[in-house]
Formats: sequence, structure tokens, C-alpha cells
Amino acid sequence: MARGDSGLKVDRRKFLTGVAVAGAAGTVAPHAADATPAASAAAARLPSALPPTAQTIAAETGTPDIPPYSQHGRPGSDFMVDVIKTLDIKYLPANPASSFRGIHESLIDYGGNKQPEFLTCMHEESAVGMAHGYFKVAGKPLMTLVHGTVGLQHASMGIYNAFCDRVPVIIMGGTDLDAAYRPPGVPTVHSAQDINAMVRDYTKWDDTPVSAQHFAQSFVRAYKIATTPPYGPVMLALDAGLQQEPIEDHGQKLYIPKYVKGAPPQGEMGAVREAARLLVNAERPVIVADRAINTTQGIKLLVQLAELLQAPVVRQRGRLNFPTTHYLSRPAGVIRQADVILGLELSDYWATVNGFVDNNEHGVGMNESHIKPGTKLISLGNHDLMTKSNYQEFQRFQSVDLQMAGDVEATLPSLIEAVKSALTSDRKAAIERKIEANKKAWQKGRDNTHQLAAIAWDASPISTARLVMETYNQVKDLDWSMAVESGNTSNWARRLLPMDKHYHWTGSSGGYGVGWGSPAAVGAALANRDEGRFTVNFQGDGDLMYAPGVLWTAARHKIPLLTVMHNNRGYHQEVMHVQRLANFRNRVAYLGNDMAPIGTSIQNPDVEYHKLAESMGWWAKGPIKDPAELGPALKEAVVVVKSGQPALLNVWTQPR
Amino acid sequence: MHRQIVRVALAAAVAGAFLGFNPAFAAGDAARGKLQFVKHGCWQCHGFRGQGSVASSGGKVLAPDPLPWEAFSAFVRSTNRAMPPFSEKILPNRDLEDIYAYLQSVPKTADYKSIPLLAQ
Ligand code: HEC
Repeated sequence: MARGDSGLKVDRRKFLTGVAVAGAAGTVAPHAADATPAASAAAARLPSALPPTAQTIAAETGTPDIPPYSQHGRPGSDFMVDVIKTLDIKYLPANPASSFRGIHESLIDYGGNKQPEFLTCMHEESAVGMAHGYFKVAGKPLMTLVHGTVGLQHASMGIYNAFCDRVPVIIMGGTDLDAAYRPPGVPTVHSAQDINAMVRDYTKWDDTPVSAQHFAQSFVRAYKIATTPPYGPVMLALDAGLQQEPIEDHGQKLYIPKYVKGAPPQGEMGAVREAARLLVNAERPVIVADRAINTTQGIKLLVQLAELLQAPVVRQRGRLNFPTTHYLSRPAGVIRQADVILGLELSDYWATVNGFVDNNEHGVGMNESHIKPGTKLISLGNHDLMTKSNYQEFQRFQSVDLQMAGDVEATLPSLIEAVKSALTSDRKAAIERKIEANKKAWQKGRDNTHQLAAIAWDASPISTARLVMETYNQVKDLDWSMAVESGNTSNWARRLLPMDKHYHWTGSSGGYGVGWGSPAAVGAALANRDEGRFTVNFQGDGDLMYAPGVLWTAARHKIPLLTVMHNNRGYHQEVMHVQRLANFRNRVAYLGNDMAPIGTSIQNPDVEYHKLAESMGWWAKGPIKDPAELGPALKEAVVVVKSGQPALLNVWTQPR
Repeated sequence: MHRQIVRVALAAAVAGAFLGFNPAFAAGDAARGKLQFVKHGCWQCHGFRGQGSVASSGGKVLAPDPLPWEAFSAFVRSTNRAMPPFSEKILPNRDLEDIYAYLQSVPKTADYKSIPLLAQ
């Protein structure tokens, strides 16, 4: 990367060679620190194709001397911290790396480790997952720092989840761009021409600033792009040279652009009125909501709309969207009866109105429509404003009759007003006549669901319905957040528990990249901690094992969280997939010594999650297999979490 | 196309089984059936008690009160939609009969209103 001033190049080279030699000093040549600049420059110019020498490994892994790099002025990374501090970013979960040591040091020593506070993570995927979970509760983005190549590779699945789930995360990746001056060996292996390329397909925007001023513009721009709907992750490559070089006075005054929150996009008013007309005149309108609502206020708006229309609401998995306790809340079956469907930020409109049965028919599976011919489809959402090409999260194409690109929460007030104006007194009376029947239908559905939950109530391993109810019973009097669900507990929490706040249930990962549950729960718990709320998550066993180090992060930073394991001892989705294929092929699935087809079980030996958690500073208990022992263990765990410590219960559960 | 042929063949096999059917299932061994229920993978989608799940058995509950044997066995052999069929080759009749006996032995479910956590 070209530097703005050739004088800087000289400084940078001196500095870099100094570090290479200083790093070597400890292990290779005790007196090398005294070497002349010429000698050290020669050492630094080793051909970079060679494997790293002891010297360069030492530069990466040894204890570096802090060089006097700021003797000509403030380090660039101090200015970066000034920029970051103008935005409301409370935490910075990250795994440390040499390529961003400049800004790391500035953040803690110059910035005082506040706004943002550095939270030590053990995996970059955990850091991004935490930021993801945090946003779902707090509605504010966090930032993270990654080693630009290997660290970003670790982070990438988390970034994909955030992208699919339309959640803002600000990612900065350290990279040493100047091939002529960067240390050879490991730091060079850890640099790339364009680190952002790897995540460009699933970030909303990225940039590689080449000057301090460029950084200031790009950081504020990145923040703004990430936090303007449709939300999404953004990526900045951060040159090591830019962080470490002093800012010299060239007569040009550095400035920090002011961040002003942008107004979210709204559905076009003509289309909003047409949607209202269709909905008001429908006999059986149905509302389906997925990633629609991020706030409790938004949930209230959707209640208003649903009540005006007496339209049942189907809650998909992206967010809570609608109170579970409301008499218009319904399972997906109502879609089959609809004559008008309002889809709110649906991640998959096709699968909302069609079905795919994985039964080997029609090639791989059977496709069928779930709606009556002539059903009018309306779509409102931000997704139309951000469609990329490579990754297929945009799903199958579904034609709709009326499409409104716009933010659901921002558009709901105008839609509600338009519905009110479109309601004639006849229509109003006809709609109001549905209230009693709707209340009855809801009560019937509730009874039915509770009776289903009673089946296998005393089973061991413990039924997922019981797991959920025993847990709820211990937290129901608190301001609770059942933040994140990983694994699959048959949706019992959303089917059985009274939820009407956005943080009662924060929805799925978006990209279904497994390993998201535990870091997202820790991130959500961090946001809840600051509001004095109690956080609990149902934790899949397979999900936890991708990067269990996040448990340590929670203990280290005193993030109280009750983790209740849904330990079904397998990658259960895959258990069923392999069985399914074996049946289709008329073969017996080979189990080896396990319960499930080879390669899908997590047993022999069983993982002792309670010991794993205990080893990282958690209070933990298990394995709990007898349902009668669950309530008392939960009671103990809740006391621990209320005292500010995380706690985990290793519960053996039914598969789903 | 190929799939349709398989379905017809399966249906014929099931019909044949009906004709020569002897209600030996009544003598099925519930204890052995419990083991077969695990060995053949029924537990995966239906839970160890056959309680089912919205997520993996389309909400279908196998027990308590399993379907009548005829409907039960016909379904397992051919299935209608989302469940992968188990032919006799991979699930012998005797094992299926024992599985059925196990499902019949699953105790009745209490009224949810009698379970304090669900009644609240
Ligand atoms: C891979 C998942 C899977 C496995 C394994 C599986 N089932 Fe099923 N089963 C299903 C699904 C899904 C349904 C619902 C099918 C539908 O309604 O289209 C079902 C339905 C059934 C039904 C019909 C219930 C009713 O009330 O209509 C029976 C009987 C049944 N399964 C028995 C079995 C038995 C016995 C086994 C083991 C030999 C088994 N299943 C294994 C997925 C599975």
C-alpha cells in the first residue's frame, strides 16, 4: 500500500526491523538488540518464500520490546481510538493478534479500555457470535478485531450468520499491506492483498483505509451502513503500518466526521394503501412475520395491526415478533386457509406458502403449494434492498402480488393508519364479529399444545417440554430473557411460555451455522446484564463444542448466564438425515457401538459438559437424567446466576 | 418415475402381508421392542417414548394409543409422505411387532391440568 509520504516509509522500515531484531533477541542472539540498522535491515530482507526462521517465529511469538514509535507524533491507532469513541460501542469482544497490536494497545492504554471495553475471546467466531447475540437484545452493534487472514477465517461463519440474520457487526481485520517492509515469515503469511474479499459476499460493505483520515471516514461510514436497515455486518481492513506509524503534521488537520443516524426506509405510500385495501377486504387475512421486529415497541405495533384486521399471526423463527400469549397467535397451518397473506421480512417466502417434503419424490423431494389458488401475497421487508449473488440465502424465488421494500417497524405506523382509513363501518363490524371465534380457537390450540407437552412428562432422558417448563418455573418471577436456543427443543419455549418482549426470545442464527448458540447467548447475557435481567439459554451439545472457550469469556468478564444443556448426545439433524438416506436406499444404517448412524453421535465417551464448564470458572452440575432432579438443580443454579456467576446444567434430553 | 414403481411395489407387498396376516403382534415382546425401537432408529424422529415432535415427526404421536396394527404396519412399510419407509429387508416383521408391543405398553398421559407446571 502506497504511503502518503516517503518519509513515513523510512520510519516504518526502521521500526519494523527493530521489532524483528528485538523479538529475536530473547531466543537467538542475546546481543542482537545492539545490531546496527544495516545489519537488521539485511535480516528483515530474507526471501519471504522461505519457511519462517527462528528469528521470525520469535518476532511473532516472543515478547516484543515496545519501540519508541511515537517519538515523531501520536500513533495512528490513538487517532483511530478517538474515532471509535465518538460512536456508541460498548464492548469489543476479540481474540488478540499481532496484526492489530497497534490499535489493541491504543484501546487499552490510550483509550482506558472503555467504550469499547475489550473482552477476551478464545475464538473469533465466538467474538462475532457474541456481538450478534448482544445486538438482538440491546439493539446496538459491537465491534470486533480479527487477525486479517487466519482470524477472519475463524470469524467467517459467524459473519455469515450475522449477514443472514441482518444483524450489524463491525469487524476490523489487521493486515500488514506493505510487502517491502512488513516482517517476513509469520506476519507475511498472515497478510493478504485484500482480506475483505473472503467475506465480501456476506458483508454489507467493506473498505481498506490507507490514511488516518481515510480511516475516520470509513469507520463512521461503516457504522452508519451497518446500522441503517437492512442491517448487516461490515468489514474494514486495518493496515498494521497505518496503526503503528505516527501521525505527522503535514498541515492537514485531521477531523472525525459526525455520525447522524439515518431514517430507515419505509414502504412506498401508494403500495401501503393498496396493501391496506387488500387486507381490510380479505375474509381470512393472515400475517406471517420472520425477521421483522427488533424491539418491544415494534411488537406492540404488530399487535395493533393484527387486532384491527383480526388477522392470525404466524411467528416464524427470526425474532419473537408477536406475543405468544395473544389470542391471534397461531401455528403455520392457518396459512392454508388464507385469502390474503402479509409477509413481514420473510427470509423464505417460497417455503412459507409452499412445502418441500424430503421423501425422495420428484427427484429429491416433493414440492407442493400450501395456499389456495388466487391467494394474494403481499411482502414488506428490507431484504429487497440487499440481495447479493453468491451465497443463496435469498432462497427460492416467489412471485408476490404486492411488494414493498422497506423496514417493517418503520412502515407499520403508516400501514396501521392506512388500514384504519380503509375500514368502512361494514368491514369493521364484520371483522369485529370474528373476535370471539378467534379467542376460542386460541384457547383450543393452547389446551392442545399443553396436552402434547404432557406426553412423556416423566421420561428419562428428559422431555424437551419438561426441560422448558422446569426452567421457566424457576425464572418466571424475574425479568427473564430466554435469549438463544440452539439445538432443537421442538419450539417448546415459544409454544408454552408467555413471551411479549423482544428479549424474551431473540430468534435464530440466520445462517444456521452451528456453533452460534453459546457465543450468542453470552452476548445476549452481556446486554441483559447491563439491564439487570436474568438470561437463560437452552444449549445444544454439538453447538457448544465448536468453541467452548466462550464459557471462559463469560466467567472472566462476569457475565451471568444460566445455560441449560439440551444434551441429546448427537448431531441430531444429521442423525436423522443419514437414517433417512439409508431407508431410501433400502439399507440398514450402520450404528457401530453408538445409538445413531456412524459419524453422527456424540457418545463413547459422553462429554461431561458440567466438568468442561467447571474447568472454566462456571458453577455446574450434571449429568441430570431423572426429571425429578431437574427442578432442584435449577433452583440452585438460579441462585448462583443471580449472584453474578454463570452456571451450567448438563441435562440429558430426548432428541427433539 | 422410479420412485413411483417402488411405491407400487411396496403397496403390493403391504397388501400381501395383510392377506396372510396373523395377529401375532399381540404376543409381541414389549421389552425387546423397546430395544428395537432404538436399534432401528424410530427414537430419532419420534422420541424414546414415541411422543413425537413438531420438528421431526410432523407432530405425529406414536404412543400412548398407537394406531391400530394394520394402519401402523402399513404406514411404516410404505409411509404416506415425510417418513422414510422401512422395508422388511431392513426391519424384519418380528422386530416391528415387538416395537408395536412396546408402543402399546407406554402408559397413558395424564391430563395436563393435573401437572402443576403445565396447569399454571
Ligand atoms: C427420519 C425420521 C423418522 C424415522 C427414523 C421414523 N419416523 Fe415414523 N414418522 C416420521 C414422520 C416425519 C412422520 C409423519 C409423516 C407424515 O405425516 O407425513 C412419521 C409418522 C409415523 C407413523 C404414523 C403416525 C400417525 O399417527 O399417523 C408411524 C406409525 C411411524 N411413524 C412409525 C415409525 C416407526 C415404527 C419407526 C421406526 C421403525 C419410525 N416411524 C421411524 C419420521 C420418522
